[in-house]
Formats: sequence, structure tokens, C-alpha cells
Amino acid sequence: MRHASLVLLAATALAGCAASDRPQPAPAPAADAAPAIDRDPYPSTYRAPAADRVALVGGTVLTATGEEIANGTVLMEDGKIAAVGASLAVPGGYRTVDARGKWVTPGVIDAHSHLGAWAQPESVEAHNDVNEMTDPNTAQVWVEHSVWPQDPGFDAAREAGVTTMMILPGSGNLFGGRTVTLKNVPSVTMQGMKFPGAPYGLKIACGENPKRVYGGKGRSPATRMGNVAGYRKAWIDAQDYARRWDKWDKAGRSGEAPKRDLQLETLAGVLRGEILVQNHCYRADEMANMIDISREFGFRIRTFHHANEAYKVASLLAKEDICIATWASWWGYKMEVFDAIEENAALVHAAGGCAIIHSDDPIVIQRLNQEAAAALSAAWRAGIRISKADAIRWFTANPAKALGIADRVGTIEAGKNADVVLWSHDPFSIYARAEKVWVDGGIVFDRADARYRRHSDFLLGQSGETK
Amino acid sequence: MIRAVAIVLALTFTTPAAAQTVAITGGRVVTMGPAGEIERGTVVITGGRIVAVGADVAVPPSAKIVDATGKIVTPGLVAAGTALGLIEVRAVETTDDRATDASDVSAAFDAGYGLNPDSLLIPVARLGGITRAITTPAYKDRSDRELLFAGQAAAVVLDGRAMLMKRGVAMVLDMGDAGAERAGGARAAELVALRALFAEVRDYRARRAAYDRGETRDYTLSRADMDALIPVVEGRMPLLVSVNRAADIRDALALGREEGLKLILESASEGWRVADEIAAAGVPVLLTPVENTPASFEMLGATLTNAARLAAAGVTIAIEGNDNHREREMRYNAGNAAANGLDRQAALAAITINPARIFGLADRIGSLEAGKEGDVVIWDGDPLDTLARPTAVFIRGAAQPMTSRATELRDRYLPAVLHPSNGETP
Repeated sequence: MRHASLVLLAATALAGCAASDRPQPAPAPAADAAPAIDRDPYPSTYRAPAADRVALVGGTVLTATGEEIANGTVLMEDGKIAAVGASLAVPGGYRTVDARGKWVTPGVIDAHSHLGAWAQPESVEAHNDVNEMTDPNTAQVWVEHSVWPQDPGFDAAREAGVTTMMILPGSGNLFGGRTVTLKNVPSVTMQGMKFPGAPYGLKIACGENPKRVYGGKGRSPATRMGNVAGYRKAWIDAQDYARRWDKWDKAGRSGEAPKRDLQLETLAGVLRGEILVQNHCYRADEMANMIDISREFGFRIRTFHHANEAYKVASLLAKEDICIATWASWWGYKMEVFDAIEENAALVHAAGGCAIIHSDDPIVIQRLNQEAAAALSAAWRAGIRISKADAIRWFTANPAKALGIADRVGTIEAGKNADVVLWSHDPFSIYARAEKVWVDGGIVFDRADARYRRHSDFLLGQSGETK
Repeated sequence: MIRAVAIVLALTFTTPAAAQTVAITGGRVVTMGPAGEIERGTVVITGGRIVAVGADVAVPPSAKIVDATGKIVTPGLVAAGTALGLIEVRAVETTDDRATDASDVSAAFDAGYGLNPDSLLIPVARLGGITRAITTPAYKDRSDRELLFAGQAAAVVLDGRAMLMKRGVAMVLDMGDAGAERAGGARAAELVALRALFAEVRDYRARRAAYDRGETRDYTLSRADMDALIPVVEGRMPLLVSVNRAADIRDALALGREEGLKLILESASEGWRVADEIAAAGVPVLLTPVENTPASFEMLGATLTNAARLAAAGVTIAIEGNDNHREREMRYNAGNAAANGLDRQAALAAITINPARIFGLADRIGSLEAGKEGDVVIWDGDPLDTLARPTAVFIRGAAQPMTSRATELRDRYLPAVLHPSNGETP
């Protein structure tokens, strides 16, 4: 059950289940089997919030499949989207929510967040658990073990419509560790937020950060060529490791199993296609180098993060089917982001690629819609014709693809998980606020009801606003 | 890099002369002055100054007419709390002149020196409708430095010509967490040290001749620093205090009252909790309304509604951008404040006339009124909204280039994306 090759199958199967199904405990290993590796030792205990049958009626629906439906109806049942369309009849048994004059979109997905791992109050050193800068290769760390579910940033993001986030380790190392994908629901444990069946990612960092961190310590990498040598050495080791395990596997798992190595296990997971590469990489030339490295060692890069020069290699990225997660407005804080332009996402989109607007920030995560609007606005002025119905994908469907969960979330389509936001205005307007947010058909935020605000224990009894 | 500099020089030299007469006609003119909004108004600028604003203004025959029909016309935006002109790339130290760790230059540090009008950040800010800025010094700490003041802010103009508009528009000071750390680790230490310093400055002011003769006691600060603080203790130069916790705001207000200072508060995350007291003291507040997370123990009460609540209490507020490279987001910050309860007109005031008033510049900029300098922005939509953009920006009457290095980069790579058959991207 927990063998890696089955994880993806299990995930696919989950998509067809009711969201309230809990993951089943793993069967005990057969007595005669060699010690199997548990590929999911910190399993999700997420339970969908209580869901009733809800009909959102009369709103403008951006489905993130390319449609803008005026006077739309969205039916949610058993945690799933049951139907979406213009002026659908509402069957009996549904609670109707009046969405006239309002807009409806899929739940916002942030492909790049450090919430929980670098928690508020962020100025407190004890809350900075995001960057294990003790070695250029820390592929062995899993950021989920840094996540503090009481981070008030989760609340702020939920109140802004964010239903799913990928949490990444920092970019100080060549290999930063494993990412984790979380559902944005209040929980006392990380496991209670963990997106069931979502694949892991591996954070890799290009460019200035690793060479600055380790060059500053008088060790490699101190240069970009040192960075690349570091990646290549690690992949050579990972290939060797994977071969040893495959050999043991093919030999019927008889004899002594190779010794586990957490660092190499994660890298080998990438080589097997089970773990998705999430690559912090700003410059166009470095992205091209990383693509060559992935070919040299036989793995795929799922997403370039930040990727502010993606527009210079837009056709290459589209051809390689690599998503880019970027901003509209961030630039100039270091040399590798000197050439950032507002139209970056739009140019990648126009080239047929997968563009994502991400946050990397506890403030920006609360307005990915506005960041996308700024990108869209710039695109229009440059003569790039992209509709709102398409641009909505930048913070919904496309990050779902980048995170490997597009079969479950990211669009409003029958059968998808009912992660939905009701907005007060067009989400591309500065005045839009999330009014209600559903995760798997259960309401997790209602602006009109104080019970849905500020769940974090940290804020309890503090001087701040309590309602 | 050589190319980038060349572009900026080209822009500088192609800036049209300000002497020309320009008439902006047909737009909805949001004056931010006593004339309010004019549905179809005309703004006439001659010799760099506004000479007429109204619905029934005669357009001089010599005027170059700019048709703003269907568009919105506002004053140029004024960005408080920036370092425009002092920074290029944050991680490249030689391009960052925001701060010093020299021990004998603190209050005397003057952001009006070293300004670089060729900075690539300026066209980017201008494309966000920003025509003027308050360039503010920052702190550069080192472990052995006891530094209380960052230095003096300067008002600057963003038309690519000599930047300095007015020197010494405020003295910059951190209180709260950061100020306490610099003063030795406790808030009380900073409050005591400040009172002692102000007393020394007054003593020095009364005994300058004796000081020159070496007949005074030793002072803590350098002569240059004390000279710089004289207008502060005289209540002429505002003390711009960065502070967040409600209790710290009260301490700052008390300090100002007791020492006879003119205060401006900055950040003020928990300002809403003491809004009535801030209003009663007549102290304005600069804030970034989107900063709503409890990022430190002094910001536990941070909320998106801070701007609206301060304004409702009668506090004059100015809304800041998101620091230098992201200054263009200032108007979005104002829009977010409006989305969270601030009146839209008040939100626009918070990025135009209010910062002009707070820094003593309202006789020259901040509204569209006859006699003021000709900073005008024409928008193709609501200036607070992300989907709207300026279609024209005038500074001192001169039309500004609607380009930046970023748009040049865009235009270099755009054709290959839109017309891939014409060849691969370079």
C-alpha cells in the first residue's frame, strides 16, 4: 500500500471518493516481506468540514476552464461540484446563496508559500523554520515538520479566499527539502491540513541565494558553476542509490536491503517521477541550464518559481510543459530579478505555457487576485489579449497543475472538489473581497460571521482585534 | 547595464520643455482641492504651473490640447516613505545610499544629497502615476553604534531632472521595537535618551558661541547632528516616528507634547486602538494598510481596517507604497483601504493632497488648483484599481515618457511571443 508506485494510484482513486472519506490506515507489512519503506509516514488526517447542499445562484462564474458564465449557478453536494451552468434549475434540498451581483471562482491556490514554516510573528527568530542552511544539500528535510498550524497567516489567507497552498522550504540551499501541500482549514496538527494524496515536491534553488550563503561560509557553492556541480553530484549519487534499490527490488527483495538515506531517497523519488521538482530560478539562462540538467539525469521539472525572466524563454518553457510561478510587481531586490517585467505571466500564457501568480509572502498571498489583475492590466496595455476567464487560471487551475492536484481542485467543474470562493466584486477589481469560502463543500469563511475569523490560538487573549 | 543607462539618458534629454502651454480637456477632473470633482473639466498648465481648472475654462489658442474625454484626471500622486533616488538594486551595496553607519552622522544625514535622477526606479514609479516622493533615510545598524535618528527626509520630483524639491521635510526616528534595540534594548532607554538629547540640543542652541570656544560640557551628538535637530526641538521640522504598538504610540504622543515637537507617525499598526488620541493631538499618520499580519509583538493588532478607522476618528492619513521598487502599488494599497471601509475620495486624498499637506508641500503640489505645479495624471479608469493605468503623466507641465526599462525589455521580447513564426526568442 505505502510503496511509492502505489501512491499516485491511491491519489487518483481518492479523487473519486467522497471528500469525507478518511485515508485508510496502512495494512501491516506481511510478515515475510523485507522491511518496506513507508512512503507516507506522516499521513493526512484531514477531514472535510461539514458540507451541506449549496446552490450559488445568479453570480458571474469564472470556472477556470476558460468560461465566464453570467447569471451562473454552482451546485455543491457531498463536497463536490455537482453542476455548473447558466440559469440552472436548483433541485430540492439545496440551500440557496444569492450571488447576484457577485462573482464565483474556484478556491485560490498559492503555489509558493512559507506559511507555518516561517510563521507570524515573523520577526521572532523562533518562528523561522524555513531554511535549513547548514548544508547546500538538505534534500532530507521535509518542510511539513516545520509547519506550525497556528500561524495566523493561514487565517488571513483563508479570509482572502486561499483554500490550498504549497509550503516550500527556503532557497538558501541547492536542495532545500520536500514541499508539502496543505488545505487551508483550521487544524491543531499539520496532518490535519495535509492535502490527501497530493504528491511531494522537491525544492531546488538556482542562482544567487545558495552561492551567497555557502560562498559566504567559504565553501562550495560560491559561484553559479559551483551550484551546477553541486546539483550534478547529487543526481549522480541519487542515480546510484536508485539503482541499488531497484536491483534489490528486482532480486525479489531477498538479501539485505540497502541502507536508507533520507536525502537520496527524496532525490530518487524525483528520478522515479513520484516527487515533483519545484525549482526557484529567476534567470532565463539558468532555467535553460536546469532543463539540460534534468535531461542529463532523466527527471522532469514541474515548475520554475519566481522565474522573472521566463518571458525570455517563453516558447522553450511551453514546449517543455514547465509551469512558471511568478509575480507581477516584484523586481530589483537583487541582480537576478533586475529584468523582471509586469507582463511575465502574460507572455508565458500567450506562448501557450502554464503561468501562475504566486505569493512567497504572507501579505501577497491575501491578494493573488490583485497581483494577477496587475499582470493582466499590463498585458492588455501591451496588446496581449487575455480574458479574465483565462487569467483566473493563474491562481487556480494552473497552480493545481503545478502541485499535481489538478484532478481534484483548481476549476469549477462537475466532479471536482467543491473549493469555491464567493467574491463581493469581480475578483480582478481592487475592491473585491472574499465573502464566503468553501473547502470540499464545507464553509470555512463567512465574512458576515465572526466565528469564521481568527482561529489561531496565538491571537487568543492578545491585544489585537478579536472580531 | 550600459544599455539601461543609455535609455534613461535618452528619456531625460527628450523630456519636452515645461514652458509650453498644455490644456487637458474633457476628462472627469478630480481636483482634490476646493473645486471637488468636475464632470467635464479642463486643466490648463503654462510654464510648468496650473493656471486654470474648471468646467468653463477658455483654452488658450497656443495650447497643446490633450483630449481626456472619457478619462479621469487627477493630481500626480505623492509617495510618502520611499527611498526613490537613493537605491537601485537592494542587494548591491554600492547602489544603496539610504543609510550610513558613520557614528558622527545621524540626525545630520540628509536624503537630499546623493539623489540619482537617472534611477531606473523612477520611470517605474511614474508609470504608477507617482510624480513626487518623500525620500526617507533608513537605518544601517552595526553592533557598536548608538544611533537614534536615521536622518532627514527630502521631497523629490520624479521627472528625471534634478530631483531635490525641498530638503529637511522631516527628521526620521524609529521608536518601538527597533528604537528600543538601538537605545540598548528597552523602550524606556530610548525615551530617556531622547529627552536627554533634546535637552542637549536646546542647551547647545543657547550656547553656540560658548561651544565654539570649547566652553560647554561635552555633548553626546556631533555638531552637525545637533544643528540638524534644532528645527525639530523648535517644532518647525516634523519628527517622523515609526511606531506600531498602541502603548508606544501613546508614549510618542506624550514625548511630542512634552517636548513641543511636531510629530508624524509612521506605520502605526495599532493606531486604530488610540485613534481618538492621535486625532486629538493633531498628528498625521503614514501607513501601509495592507500590512495586516501580526509580524511582530508590537503589531499584534494589525488590521486591514486601520486606515478607515483612523480616518473616521479624524486623523489625516497618507497611504504608503510597498517600498521603492514596488512604489507603484501605492494606489492599490489605497484601493485596498477603500475596499476595507475607507471612503474612496479619502483614499485618493491619502496618496495626493494629504501627503503634500503632511510634509508642508501643499502650496505647490497635491491638488489641481491654479498656482500649483503642473503635476497631472490622466487615467483610463479608476486610479485606485489595478485594471486602470495612466495614459499620460505630466510633471511641472511636461509630458513624461510612458516607458521604463521594463517596458523596453517587454517590447524586445514581445514580438517573438506574439508572432512566433518570425523566429525564435533570442
